Amino acid sequence: MTSQNQDHIAEHVQRYLCVFYALLFGTLITVGASYIPFGNHAINIAVALFIAGGKAFLVAGFFMHLISERKMIHGLLAFTVFFFVGLMALTACSFADFPRMTVTH
Amino acid sequence: MDIPYVVQPREDTGLYNAKVGIWLFLASEVMLFGALFSSYILLRVGAPAGYWPRGWLNVPVGTVNTLVLITSSITTVMAWAACKMNQFGRFKIFHACTLLLALTFVSIKSYEYHDKFTHYEIGLKDGRIADGHIVENHPQADHVVIAGRYVQDRRDLYDLEVRKAPHHHEEISIPRAQIESMERYGPWHNTYLAIYFTLTGLHALHVIGGAIVIGFLWGPGSKLWETDPERFTNRIEISGLFWHFVDLVWIFLFPVLYLI
Repeated sequence: MTSQNQDHIAEHVQRYLCVFYALLFGTLITVGASYIPFGNHAINIAVALFIAGGKAFLVAGFFMHLISERKMIHGLLAFTVFFFVGLMALTACSFADFPRMTVTH
Repeated sequence: MDIPYVVQPREDTGLYNAKVGIWLFLASEVMLFGALFSSYILLRVGAPAGYWPRGWLNVPVGTVNTLVLITSSITTVMAWAACKMNQFGRFKIFHACTLLLALTFVSIKSYEYHDKFTHYEIGLKDGRIADGHIVENHPQADHVVIAGRYVQDRRDLYDLEVRKAPHHHEEISIPRAQIESMERYGPWHNTYLAIYFTLTGLHALHVIGGAIVIGFLWGPGSKLWETDPERFTNRIEISGLFWHFVDLVWIFLFPVLYLI
């Protein structure tokens, strides 16, 4: 391995450490935010999922190198995102699709 | 004949075989956990008002486990970086840390499972419910002893809000003749615990599977470093990608199950 490559990896190591600290901070923020009464529980859920999304971006983007990954992997993941979003959309749609006379709570 | 692109990337895609393979596998894993998250949403939204448990899980314990898993992610990526920088000794240290953190995570999860499996809801003939952790339950004894409390309405068991108003638990001796039903907090107890054990159990199996691979690459598998260090580094990268995915799943499981 050339010294230039080693310097490149050393730079990455600094970035990994920054991401690690951000993830630790994000975890504490997630727990802290769950104690804040926003008035509506849906806001607590949204805040928790938003922070989790940010943490997931850091892990996938930097630890899993997705930010600098090849196009083929991005293409493959685009399909995954499409089907995952579709799955969640169908789940959400199911709440508005009750047969007539269904007893709901 | 040798299989091509085991170590060197293909010219057109810039990827070696295992990299494509692990991402395809992770894509299928996203859909697997996605289906279970979808089930969770359906069960939670479909639960009658006041019957979806809150505060049943220990937040400090879950937070510690989250920090353990995040720390294991950084040690994994540092192990890969050490291989890239030709520092095999550092790789060994970082990967040993990952292995220890994985075992810590599983141990803490086991403690949480044990806590649930020793927790009982006991229905009494007078309509009251005794709820708490079992202290004594000898088949020959005519009493069952739990550390817990009595409630009149089952809904009092669901929204514990432990963080706001901690419940005082004391030892209660219950004559067996008064007991109508007795059930532990296993996956069969209600839909919340069913999805909790399914999600966390599947995740724990992934942690155990990943730990076995990491243990192999740290131990006997590390001999490959002497003959083909580049291929070995690729293996570390691939196992690392799986490990980060396991961390990523937990990043969502923690708030969903423990906090909201």
